Amino acid sequence: MRIAFTSQGSTWNDPIDPRFGRAPYLLIYDEETDKLEVIDNTAINQVAHGAGPETARKLFQAKPKVLITGNGPGGNAARVLENANITIYIGAGSLTVEQAYKKYKNNELKNY
Amino acid sequence: MVDLDVEEPNSGLFVKGKLEETNPVYKMVPVWEKDKCTFCGNCQKVCNFNAVIQLHTQVLVFPKLCHSCYACSELCPTDALPMKPEKIGEIKTFHQDNLTFLESCLNIGQEMAVQVIAHTNKILEKDYQGQLIIIDAPPGTSCPVIEAVKDTDFVLLAAEPTPFGLHDLKLAVDTMRKLKKDFAVIINRFGLGNDKIWEYCQRQNIEILAKIPNSRTAAELYSHGKLIYKQIPQVKQEVLKIANKIRQLSGEPK
Repeated sequence: MRIAFTSQGSTWNDPIDPRFGRAPYLLIYDEETDKLEVIDNTAINQVAHGAGPETARKLFQAKPKVLITGNGPGGNAARVLENANITIYIGAGSLTVEQAYKKYKNNELKNY
Repeated sequence: MVDLDVEEPNSGLFVKGKLEETNPVYKMVPVWEKDKCTFCGNCQKVCNFNAVIQLHTQVLVFPKLCHSCYACSELCPTDALPMKPEKIGEIKTFHQDNLTFLESCLNIGQEMAVQVIAHTNKILEKDYQGQLIIIDAPPGTSCPVIEAVKDTDFVLLAAEPTPFGLHDLKLAVDTMRKLKKDFAVIINRFGLGNDKIWEYCQRQNIEILAKIPNSRTAAELYSHGKLIYKQIPQVKQEVLKIANKIRQLSGEPK
C-alpha cells in the first residue's frame, strides 16, 4: 500500500507538517517496495489562492491510498481527496514521519 | 452614501432610513457538464486560482475560489463548462430625508468581495452619476480597497497615531500614489500613541485634514449606534473640516 505524509522535510526523521495545503513536502511510502518517494511542494508558497486543491491534485497523481497529516485538510482539499478515494488520518502534527507511520500501524491515529 | 466594506458593512448602523429595495449580486461560475467533457485537462491548466481540478474522469469546480475570468469556459473545446450565475451578496438601498444610502454586503461564507464592490460601482455609475458620492471603503490595501477607490476623485485615509497605524498608513499612501489618486489624511483617536504620523505627513507633504480626538465618550456613543459629532463639539469641529473639504472638492460653496 502507498501511504502519504505531509512533511516539513524529505526524510523519515523530519517532522510532519500539520498543514495540508501548504506543506512543503509530500512523502509517499510504498510498503511493497519499501521506498520513500519525495514530492517537492515548496512552490506552493508562491500560490496565493487554492493551495489546498492544488496540493490535493498533486497528491492524487501519486496515487496513495492513505494520507497521514496533522490538522486535516480544509474543505476544498477534503473534497478533492474524498473524490480521489484517499483515506485521511490526522493528529500526527507533533511527530516525525517515522513516528507517525508507527502510530498509524498501531491504529493510534484518528480517521478524519 | 455607500458602504463598500462588503465583508462587514457597518455604516448602516447610523442610518435610520427606509429600506427601498434589495438587489441580489451574482457572480458567474463554471458548471461542469460531464456528458460533454473529453477530459483534456485544459480547464485545470488555464485556471490561475486552482478553482478547477481534474481527477481522471472527474472535474471538480470550487466556486468560492473562482474569479469569474471565463478562461476555463471559453477555452473548453467542447463547451463542457458553461458559466452560470451564483448569488454572492446583495445591495440594499435606503432613503433618509435627502440621503440615499447603499449598503453593499457579501454573503457569509463567500470570499469574492471585489465582485460585489464592482457590481455596486456599476450601479453608482449608471444611476448616480454627477451626484456627490461618499464611500465607506474597506480597510487595508488589498484588492477590495483598490476596487472601492478605483472610480473616486479623492480619497480620505483614516489612520490612528500609533506605530501600527503609521505602518498601515504608509502602505495606503504608497497604494494611492500608485493609483494616482489625490488624497488627504484624517487622524482618528488623536492624542493616542505618538506624533510620528504627523512627522511622516509633514515629510511627505501630505495634508492632514482633520484630527478626531480620542475619547471614551465617542466609543460609547458609537457602541449605541449614535452619531458622535452631534454630541462632542471637538469632533463636530473636525467633521465640519472634512465636510467643507468635500464641498470644496465637489464645487459647492462652503
